[in-house]
Formats: sequence, C-alpha cells, structure tokens
Amino acid sequence: MQRFWEPGVLLLAILFSLPIFTVVSFVLHPANDVWQHLLDTVLTEYLLNSALLMLGVALGTLVIGVGCAWLTSVCLFPGKRLFAWAMLLPLAFPAYIIAYTYTGMLDFAGPLQSWIRAGTGWGVRDYYFPEVRSLGGAVTMFSLVLYPYVYLLARAAFLEQSICVLEVSRTLGCSVWASFYRVALPLARPAIVAGLSLALMETLADYGTVAYFGLGVFTTGIFRTWFGLGDGAAAAKLASILLLFVFTLIVIERWSRQRARYHHATNRYSALPQYRLRGYRAVLAFSACFLPLLLGFLLPAYQLALWAIETYADMVDASFLQLTFHSLELAASAALLAVVLALFLAYGKRMLGSKVVNASIRIVATGYALPGTVIAVGVIIPFAWFDNSVDSLMREHYGFSSGLLLSGSLFALMFAYMVRFLAVSIQAVESGLSKIKPSMDDAARSLSYRPGEILMRVHLPLMKGTVLTALLIVFVDVMKELPATLILRPFNFNTLAVRAFELASDERLADSSTAALMIVAVGLGPVILLSHSISASRAGS
Amino acid sequence: MTSQIDVENIDAGYDELQVLNQVSFSLQPGQIGCMLGPSGCGKTTVLRAIAGFEPVWRGRILIDEVEVSSRKKFLVPEKRNIGMVFQDFALFPHLKVEDNVRFGLKGMDRKQQHGRVQEMLAIVGMPAYAKAYPHQLSGGQQQRIALARALAPRPSVLLLDEPFSNMDAEMREQLAREVRSILKQENNTAILVTHDQNEAFAMADQICVMNEGSIQQQGSGYELYHEPVNRFVADFIGQGVILPATVEGENTVRTDLGVIAGSHSITDPPGEMVDVLIRPDDVVHDDESSESAIVVEKAFRGADFLYHLRMDSGIEVMCLAPSHHNHKINERIGIRLNVDHLVTFSRN
Repeated sequence: MQRFWEPGVLLLAILFSLPIFTVVSFVLHPANDVWQHLLDTVLTEYLLNSALLMLGVALGTLVIGVGCAWLTSVCLFPGKRLFAWAMLLPLAFPAYIIAYTYTGMLDFAGPLQSWIRAGTGWGVRDYYFPEVRSLGGAVTMFSLVLYPYVYLLARAAFLEQSICVLEVSRTLGCSVWASFYRVALPLARPAIVAGLSLALMETLADYGTVAYFGLGVFTTGIFRTWFGLGDGAAAAKLASILLLFVFTLIVIERWSRQRARYHHATNRYSALPQYRLRGYRAVLAFSACFLPLLLGFLLPAYQLALWAIETYADMVDASFLQLTFHSLELAASAALLAVVLALFLAYGKRMLGSKVVNASIRIVATGYALPGTVIAVGVIIPFAWFDNSVDSLMREHYGFSSGLLLSGSLFALMFAYMVRFLAVSIQAVESGLSKIKPSMDDAARSLSYRPGEILMRVHLPLMKGTVLTALLIVFVDVMKELPATLILRPFNFNTLAVRAFELASDERLADSSTAALMIVAVGLGPVILLSHSISASRAGS
Repeated sequence: MTSQIDVENIDAGYDELQVLNQVSFSLQPGQIGCMLGPSGCGKTTVLRAIAGFEPVWRGRILIDEVEVSSRKKFLVPEKRNIGMVFQDFALFPHLKVEDNVRFGLKGMDRKQQHGRVQEMLAIVGMPAYAKAYPHQLSGGQQQRIALARALAPRPSVLLLDEPFSNMDAEMREQLAREVRSILKQENNTAILVTHDQNEAFAMADQICVMNEGSIQQQGSGYELYHEPVNRFVADFIGQGVILPATVEGENTVRTDLGVIAGSHSITDPPGEMVDVLIRPDDVVHDDESSESAIVVEKAFRGADFLYHLRMDSGIEVMCLAPSHHNHKINERIGIRLNVDHLVTFSRN
C-alpha cells in the first residue's frame, strides 16, 4: 500500500497548488487594454488603500492584542481570569458581519444618531458624525475582530517567558513597566509578528467588508474586473499582485515562528509574578480589556439579537431552512473531506518522511493564506479551460455539447475549500500525530499487536480529540467563508453567509441578522475550544 | 545447553548504507547481554533487527532456536514473543498504568490478566500506582512500568534500548542494578543497549563492545577492562594511557617506568617497539620508589585521588592513590608500576 502513498500525496499537492500556479502565471501574462485601463485609473487607489488598511489594522491589533495579552498574563485585577479567555470572543465574528452591524447601529437612521437628535433637537446638518463606511471604519472593524490573533500568540509568548529573565531585569534596576518594554516585549516580538501577519492575511483576504464599505482594494477590484468588465485575464493579474503581498506575509510569518523557537528562554516554568493592580490602575486595566470585548463582541451580538428577534418570524421560512441546510451540508462535507485528506497526508509524512512528501505538504499548507477571491479566480480559469476543451472535443467528434462540467458545480466549490482550508486540518492532525511517538508503535508491535490493531487501540483513542478539533475548525471556517462561495457556487445555490451578505448589501440589515447570528453562534464553537485550552493549560503546571 | 537467542553473522543497514557487519553472539536462558559502544556504532540496529523492526541483509537470527530473521525468512515483530523497553518508555498516554501493563496480555481471561498485572506491579514495586496515568509518574516510575509492561507477557527475550539515558546520572547505576535483580528474579533473558559502561557493568553478564558496525570484543566487564583485545576497547573502556615500550623477552617489555612482565606471550619479536596500556590502578604511589613524576592535575573522588603525572621523559600517566595521599599540583611524588595484566599493542 505504501507504494501508492507517495504518488498520491504528490498528486494532491499538484492538484491543490493548481490555483496558485494559475494565478502566479498571470504575473508574466502580457497586458491587455483592460489591464492598461486599470493601470491608468484604479491600481494606484487599490495599492494605496490596501497599504493604509494594513497599516491601520496592524496598529489597531497590536495595541489591543499586545496590551491585553500583557495585562491578562502578568497583572492581577478584577475580571482577569474571565478576560483571559473572553478576549477571544470577537474571533467568532466574520469581519463583514460586524461591519454591517455597526453600519446599522451608527448610520443616520440608526439608534445612536436618532438618540442624539432626539436629545438635542439637532437636524441633519447640525452636527458632525464619523462615517462608518470608510477606510477608517474598515480599519476599526478589522482591528476589533482580528486582534485576538495577536493576543493569542503574544499571551502564549508572555506565559512561556522565564520568570527568571523578568526577575533578573528587576534586580538590574528595571521597574515593572520598564522590564515589559526592555525584556518581555522584545522576547515576545517574533510571536507577536507571527500573530500580526495572520491578522493582516485575513485583512487582505476579506471581501465582504470592503465590498460593503465600497472601498477600492484588490479583492473588490478582482470582482469588479471579472464581473463588471468581464475580463478574467486582468482579474487574474490583479490577483497575482495581491498574492505578492500575501507571500511576503507568509515569509514573515514563517520566519518569525522559527525565531520564536529560539526566543523560548527556558523549559522550567514557575508561576509568573502577578502584579496586583489597585485603585484607578485596576479600573484602567479592566476598561482596557472590557472595551475591545464590548465593541468587538457584546455590542454587535446584542444588536444582532435585537434585530433577529424583530425579524426572524418573517425571515425563517422554507427557503431559509434550505439555505441553512446547504450551509451545514457544505461545511460538514468539506470538514470531513479535509480531515480525511489531512490524515492521508500526515500519515504519508509519518511513514515515508521523504523530501517529496514533506515538500508537497508544505505547498498544500500555503493555501490558508490565500484570499478566497484569488483561489476562486485560480479555480475558475483551469476548470473553464477543461470544460471548454472537453466541450469542443465532444462537438467535433460526437456532435453534441457537453456544456459546463466542473465550472459552477459543487465540485469546484469543494475544491476551492480544500485549497483554502486543508492547511487548517493538516496542522491539527499533524500536531495530534506528533504526540504518538514512533516508539509507541514499536512498543505495541513488540506486545503482539498487528498494525491494524495498533491503529484502533493506540492511534484512534489518541487522535480522537485532534480529529474532532480539525473537523470543527474547518466546519466553522466554511460556514463563514464568503468570497469563494459567492463566485463559485452553483446558480441559485445559497448559503447563510451569502444570504446574509446579499441582504445586507440590499440595505436590509435587520433582515440579514438571523443568518448572521447563526454564523456567529457556530463560530463560537472553536473559540470556546480555544478558550478552554487557554484556561486549562499553563505550561509546566 | 540450548541458547535463547542466536545472532549469526548478520549484516544490516538502511537504504544503501550498511550499518552492521558480521555481528554474532548468543545468550543462554537467563543471561543478560549488553551491546556497548559509542553513538552510531550500530548497537541499536542490532536490537531493532532482533525485534524485527529492521530486516537483515545476510546472516540469521534465532529466538528459542526458531529462525526469525534471515534473507529468506522474516517474522513480523508481533509474532516474535519479544519484550522491549524504549528510551522514551513509549507508555500509552491514554491508558492507566494497569491498562498499559495489561496491553500485551491478549490471550488470557480477565482474571488471569488482573493477577498478572498485580504480580508485575508488585515485582517493580509499584502496586499503589495501578490507577495512575503515565504523565503523573516520575521518569524512574515510568521506567518501571515500561519494564512491567514488557515483561508481563513473559517474552523469550527482553530488549532494552538505552533505558536509563533519560535518568539522572546518580540514578542510572542504581536503576540498572534494580532492573538486573528483577530480571534475575524471573530468570529473563535480556539484551541491553547502552553507551554507558557503568550501566553495562552493573547489569550485564556478557558485554559486546561495538564500533563501526562490528563487535570488537565479547566478555565480562573484568575481561574488557583488563584484557582489551584492541586499542578501541582499551580506550573506550575505563581510563588509561598508552606508553611506548620495547619487547624484552617472551612476555616482558621495558618502559620508562621499568620492566613489566605479563602472563601471556607477546607476538612481537624481542627488540620491537610496542605500546603498553597502563591503567591508573597500575601506577602505585610509593615514596620509596626511585621513579618519580610531577603532579599536573588531580581530581578528588572521595575514596581516592586520580592524579595526572608527568614523568621526566615528558610522558604522562595516571595514578589512582588513596585519598589520604593529598599532594599539591607541581609536587614531585614517587611512583612505581604494579601491572597485573600486561596489555601490548603492535605498532603496525
């Protein structure tokens, strides 16, 4: 059986890297008129907006993420234990959902402005109110839901730091805050940079928020060029430029993670010092943690719930149930497939460990950083080519048209999901598998167990947890996924995410809330899992 | 008497790389053998070949007089009736201690299993930990459970792969002696793999010193120390220096420290230059002696001092002296040779 494993792994790698190579190949593609037009008109805007967006989100997530991570890992103040895991809750919100929730709350007819006008008697032009649907607004939205990436990795880094290093700095004359700036922060820097790159990848990948806010960035540009101007080649060329940004981030992230290993100061852990904060300091610390939680989760969740209570009776009908079923069906089958493929790849790596296998897995695992729009473009082009080739062949030889075989099918959508989310399941399965040391297999065999029995008696019980985690994470990611689904879904095939986005785009914010709330509720699953592992684990204790 | 295990001229390796070269040895029932050598010498490969985790290229392996590995035959590990203790113990983290020990007891009914588990836990001195999980145990305790698990199915041969390397240095010898007494209690045949000679001495009846894939010498610890057959064994086992000497007669040589007589005859003809192995216990501190040397370095070891001495010829020797002979660095002290075992190596 092992003979088939390596070719199988290689085949998967080629298949799933097809979209990347397709898009990358368009960097060298000769420019056409549409491209020239884009170059003359909007490309500068896309570049500028993307750069500003990344800069703003970087600043926002750093301040919130690192600040809260430090507070919850080394300070003692009321609510600290709660905040330690609750800070992750905003992760349950896809950016596009929080974006239109805030738009609904803050626009002219929304509750806040109505309340201001009612209280003051001002008219439309009597006061200034910041516009949510702007670059600044987008930066705020992304910062509110993406800071947990930075928080998570920064906190882990702070907790792993040797207490001795911090104490040494105190004996050398640093105050608590000086030891933070001069020792703890530099030591945690690789981890923080890794978290930041993840947050920025998500920012670049977003379509729903920027589309809703009407911002010209690469993802919206790709949509516009493809569906507005009808030019696939120019869209792919845009996608290839976006990929350059993404690859830069991937390189930064991988490099930082490697450095983070060397910054791991010690293997001996002891309880971290806890600086008890009192009085106004405690209030400040509490507010600093509560505010992101309030704005990033509690308030929008509350607003969504209000809307949903108001509208669900009208919204929940047969078609709603059908699209809910579609979502669950898609997410469940994608999760299952992703885990089965991940098991195949991870066991291949464990058994063979050859260069070909390892390289293949690394390539497949790049997909997690790719924006859904880019993947969609990368899937459509080769699939359409395949359909057209088969079709013309059929016409030529048999005189009938085979039409579209792959494009616009669930197969294409599932394929795109695998490209994007296989990395997630591979990571989970590999981490689980790494806990089953090869010597355990040998031990079981020396105790008279056949390989099949070992799989059942040793691997299955040990892998159960990680496999379930992988299933859950992919399931939720697929539920939330918007751009690839939007582009690749079969005609009239709706999901919760697509429906919520469509309703919101039609300014039916309240109507979209039921679908949105369901996505958020499902999204809470992995967050709770993560929080649990955070509150349960403290290295060494 | 029939042997429990026979390894006959095996060659083995990974891919193209040959790791083992003509390795042979055998053990009687109840004997404890040891593969001793530096890392990369192939000792673990021998063990894995016996266990059936690696095939042999040439030669054959017999367990209980049944051929288990050869070029034609290969019995899978699970059918070989072997027990194995791993360097990292490889306890199953999802199973309690008692379930770990029970894991290999497949053919028995529940009651017999329980009895055997209790018996094994008692033998390794851990009956109170039956319900514990592996991660709740210390390294030494995990080691005992791994031993109990491997011995529970009454294997023909127990294989131990560097079982003490995760332990503190002080614990190793003690554990090795404990394991030896457990094995002897049940009359188990076992093979230990280690790079630590003290472990080997504490545990094994028969030691194979390995280097670069082949066995250099087989014997007891005493034989390896006092009668090494080549320079590698002389250097690897114990401490000592090599002195130049001239062959004088059939079993005598002359060195800077005088004439040494041995019980074995020397193959080199008289007048030939040879090298002589001088162990620290061959050099005796004696104030009356006409020979003397200068203390270059000294190490206090409790009951004795290990002195590094430089003789007037510039040659250095080591000397083991009782601990009340406390001399300073650069002091000149009298020494004389008292060699019980003359070991010479030809120059070419």
